[in-house]
Amino acid sequence: MVSYEEGLAVVKRGFWLLGAITIGEVFVALIGNGHIIPGFHLPKYVMYPVMISMSLYKAYWIVYNFMHMAYEVRGLAMSVLLPCLLLVWAVIAFFQEGGSWGARRQQIKDKDEKVVKPISKPTGMIDTKTLEPSQIQ
Amino acid sequence: MASTDILEKDLHHDDHAPAIEDWSGGNEPFNASYGKLMMWYFLLSDAFTFAGFLIAYGSLRFSMPTWPVPDFVFRTFPFAGETHLPLLFVTVMTFILIVSSVTMVRGVQEGHRGNKGGVVFWMLLTIIGGAAFLGCQAWEWTTLIKGENMSVTRNPFGRHEIAGTYTMDEHGHPYEKGVTPETFKKGEGYLIHAEHDANHEVVADEAGNTKFIQRTYVTETGEKGQLEFGPKQFGALFFFITGFHGFHVFSGVLFLAIIAMNVGSGLYEKRRNHYEMVEKIGLYWHFVDLVWVFVFLVFYLL
Repeated sequence: MVSYEEGLAVVKRGFWLLGAITIGEVFVALIGNGHIIPGFHLPKYVMYPVMISMSLYKAYWIVYNFMHMAYEVRGLAMSVLLPCLLLVWAVIAFFQEGGSWGARRQQIKDKDEKVVKPISKPTGMIDTKTLEPSQIQ
Repeated sequence: MASTDILEKDLHHDDHAPAIEDWSGGNEPFNASYGKLMMWYFLLSDAFTFAGFLIAYGSLRFSMPTWPVPDFVFRTFPFAGETHLPLLFVTVMTFILIVSSVTMVRGVQEGHRGNKGGVVFWMLLTIIGGAAFLGCQAWEWTTLIKGENMSVTRNPFGRHEIAGTYTMDEHGHPYEKGVTPETFKKGEGYLIHAEHDANHEVVADEAGNTKFIQRTYVTETGEKGQLEFGPKQFGALFFFITGFHGFHVFSGVLFLAIIAMNVGSGLYEKRRNHYEMVEKIGLYWHFVDLVWVFVFLVFYLL
């Protein structure tokens, strides 16, 4: 366990760190979307990984220092943290699924709008009784 | 005889059998009390619930060809009127929650020192922080529901997928001569406003539904169009996810108040366990802050 003075230092550090990272995240969002320098945008593949990493670092910091996970027995920490790895799988699987729903919807829309060339002459097994005489070869 | 061999007497419930001793109870392999351990596992299960919500948000967003622009939707600020301050209000809310987490840690630390007055003081500050966050959320919801007509089934926020020029003004009237029509760029957000009468009251049709002004436009490729409502999943996900988080904050504030009163009455002092109850509610409170880190990320930043 940490001493009282060390604890106070952790609290102070946590306040500045979490505050600074939050402001950093908002700054990335604002500058990337062109709110700070008019006409200047950052591509999403730059913004997103930066913001996600900053949030994950905040999460790690809260769990390890504010929630004292750093001082818990390894077995306790693992029994809480390891099940969270399942979520990595869930994120990959369900985002893939979501993308697939979108692709399928678009495919149906495209097919509905597709202009097809009408078949000029009927082919295959034809019931000659229902056809006009001109349609019969 | 090797030390790993099991003696027959060990198998017959001998009092000195080390193999049996390990299972005789009374020790704490995780070095944590039952209550604290169960709080961790409750938080783990809660993390899965929130993850389910956020993963649903991601999947539905990925399945949609368009999605509202967060820094356009969350651009309002109390008393700022029509001035657009993207993401500023939610930054203030996030900051309030961080500060309340910091005051909570201070409360737990004073508990370890056995300083009753200190625990109550820092817990009261935490309660104020939680209440302030809830107040901000109430304002945010009111603005979205009353001012901007968003609901769980209706989302008037959208994103322009192509640049163009409006062919009617924001009140739904054709542009007067000499007025330059408003233009918009690709990727810009828009809000479909409700129609208001002279008394600033929302106009409803015969069936009682709010009338909206879906402005018409011409795209840069010359195609005519009309503003369409955005994916309605956005509204449902927003109110359910921030609502579920807000409910956690609300119950947290209640528990904090109860425990602060118990601290003040000297109940935990009598238990002589270094204010462990304060530590447990502290875990819960930090978890609420932790969840907000991710809600803030997916809803407001990405």
